Order: sequence, then structure tokens, then C-alpha cells
Amino acid sequence: MNKVVKDADEAIHDIADGMTLMIGGFGMCGLPEKCIAALVKKGVKELTCISNNAGLDDFGIGLMLNQRQVKKMISSYVGENVEFERQLLSGELEVELIPQGTLATRCMAAGYGMPAIFTPAGIGTEVAIGKEVRNFNGKDYLMEMAFDADFAIVKAWKGDTMGNLIFNATARNFNAVMAMAGKVTIAEVEELVQPGELDPNFIHVPGIYVHRIFQGENYEKRIENRTVTKR
Amino acid sequence: MLDKNGIAKRIAREIKDGYYVNLGIGIPTLVANYIPENIDVVLQSENGLLGMGPFPFEGDEDPDLINAGKQTITMLPGAAIFDSAMSFGMIRAKKVNLTILGAMEVSENGDIANWKIPGKMVKGMGGAMDLVASAENIIVAMQHVNKAGESKLLPQCTLPLTGISCVKKIVTELAVLDVLPEGGFKLLERAPGVSVEEIKKATAGKLIIEGDIPEMTI
Repeated sequence: MNKVVKDADEAIHDIADGMTLMIGGFGMCGLPEKCIAALVKKGVKELTCISNNAGLDDFGIGLMLNQRQVKKMISSYVGENVEFERQLLSGELEVELIPQGTLATRCMAAGYGMPAIFTPAGIGTEVAIGKEVRNFNGKDYLMEMAFDADFAIVKAWKGDTMGNLIFNATARNFNAVMAMAGKVTIAEVEELVQPGELDPNFIHVPGIYVHRIFQGENYEKRIENRTVTKR
Repeated sequence: MLDKNGIAKRIAREIKDGYYVNLGIGIPTLVANYIPENIDVVLQSENGLLGMGPFPFEGDEDPDLINAGKQTITMLPGAAIFDSAMSFGMIRAKKVNLTILGAMEVSENGDIANWKIPGKMVKGMGGAMDLVASAENIIVAMQHVNKAGESKLLPQCTLPLTGISCVKKIVTELAVLDVLPEGGFKLLERAPGVSVEEIKKATAGKLIIEGDIPEMTI
């Protein structure tokens, strides 16, 4: 059950044009920055990216947008990226904006083997257009389908060679749910350890969901909004 | 008239002991600064944290620890971390007692628009649609009129909706108002130095005024 690959290049070697990728992280927090850099280097195109945000102009998925590698983004909030907005308004980029909880739960459904979920989010709004509405106990819910992604790419704090993952603080965010949702899941970790070194009681994602794992070096871990209290 | 901090201060008085509270981006974030010290409140950040604390001291910022506005934060003792699906699970299951968020428009039947201006700004709804669809107690913090001087309290929203029939209370720089279940903005309090006439002029939707309207105390 050794899932270890050498590096990001090897981990993403078979990601091809036109595929659908889940990319973990919330803003810059918990971003799989090594795999994104490898995807930029590889230059695969026509990608559909499922990710809560679309990166900054010079970091994260923004780097892939700059190279026109992304055909479609499925996200909940994209307000931090000028190039993204330009491509969207000019029609070069297709964008599906969906509620953040819907995004997370459609990932969860994929990882839990459920074809669809029902959520009240978006009822009465343009998000509901064309979707099945069901009424349960007097309240309307939208049926939202589980995602179907070729690859899920996530970043964890620690992982072992069997693919068991532990996340740090709020870098867990979408990483934990997306890790469970890809047909193939790639995990990049800050620290790769041997089986037995992680306490089984504190595993966030069991290795059964993870297909490839590697340790990344020199994480930049950019901070988007540095807010501090005066001492 | 209230400034942004004044609006936040007034809203903080709506927070009760034992509440789990979700604060949106903008004025709602400021509410955290004015929560009375004698009550026990836990702040939920929808990126996966209960027990959000103040901004860290300079040098203590942790890139792995942010709030929904992507600001560096801290955790208080007793904090808990979870993933995004569980975060919205607890919101959908109505475990969060109070949601405070900003808005571009609110209609007299409680519809809210706060995510999209067609052809102009494209940001997305983030977690707002999930929050307004599930929360039972929603307070909107916003300016009474927009930059063009037009009322944001309307008979019907003109912008794409975030949710329908969900806003219960609005606090603006001019007033505190309830959104009645049968429709209409019921004026509860005036901001210091603001007259009922001024509030009438700034409210395009149905405004309900009963008796003397007290000036708010902060």
C-alpha cells in the first residue's frame, strides 16, 4: 500500500487536456502549491477546475488562468483576481458560481458514494434555474449532484506512505472533503512519515481515499490578508 | 447617524449569552469587537472553525489559520477545527444561532441581494446563500442608501437574489428595523440625531411606524 510518488511532476504526469480537477484550499490557505506549479509547467489545457476560489493574479489557480489552461471554473467566491474577472467578462472563461456549502457538500457526496444531495441554498435564486426542487416538511430544497472529478489535488500537513492524512488548523477546509472525492486523489504534504507514526485516532482522511502522496519542499504559504493586533 | 463601528456596536447588543454566531465580511466582522464581556459567545468561521479569536500579534500570523475573509486570526481555548462540508452541515442543521451579514439590497418581504451586479462585479456568493437559506436568525448590517443615494430597503430587490424571505432585522447608519413576516420594514429605533422623516425619505419599501420611535442607545 505504498502510495508514494517522487514529486509533483510524477504525481500529475497523467493529467491530460480536458480533464476535471478538484483543487483544495480556501483562498491561499491549504493550497496544493506544488501540484499547481507542476500543472503550470506541464501546460495541460481545457481544464475544468472545481475550487472554492480562483487564486490571486500571481499565485494559486491564477497562475493557470494566466496561461489560459482553464476552460471552466466551478467556485463560490472569486473576487480576488483581476485576470479572472477579465476572462469571465470577455467570455474567454466559463464560470459556474455555486454556494460554498453546496460546493463542499457535492464533494462530500462524491466521497460518501451518494449521487446527489438536497440543500435549501439557492432556492428562489438564479442558482435554482433548471434544477429539480423537492419539498420536505414544508420547505423547498434543490437537488444538487455529486461532483465527478478525474483528479482531486489536495494539500495536507502530515501524511504517511499509505496515504493517511492530517491537516493543520483551517488549512483542512476543502482539502479534507476533496481528498475523498476524486477518482484519483493526489496529496502533497509538508511532512511524509512512515506507517505507525501518525496516531490512528487523529487521522482526518484515511489512506483508502488517497492514491498518490509526496512531500513538497519550501512551501511559500502566502497570506492573503495579513491582519494583526498591536502589541 | 452611526458610523460603521456604531452599526457594529448596536448589532452586538443582539447577541445573547450562549450563542454560536457567524459573522460575514465587512461591518459584521467589526461586531466581534463589541461583544459584551459578560456573555459567552462562540464565533463560527465558515472555512472551518468554531472559537475564532482576535487577530494575532504581529509576528504570530499563521498562514494556516484564517477566517472566511482570508484574514489571519487566532483560536480561543476550546476552539474546534472541521472541514468545509461539516461547517455548512452545522449551518444547514441550524446549530448556528445568529448570522450577521452585509447586503446590497433587502426587500420588504425579507429577500436579500448581496452577491452580484450583472455585467459589473463578479465575486460570487461564497457561503451567503447557504447561510441565508438555513439560518433562522439573520441580521443585516448595511448602509441605508447606496453610493448613488438610492434606498437599499426596497419593495422588491432589483439585483440577483441571494435568498428569499429570510432577513429578520436590519441595522443601518440611520435605524434599526424588523422585517415583518407579513411584509414591511417596522421601524424600531432611530440612530442618534436622525429623524423619522429622514428614515422615511431613505426607505423605498413599505415602512411601518407605530407610535414614538425611540433614539437608540449604544
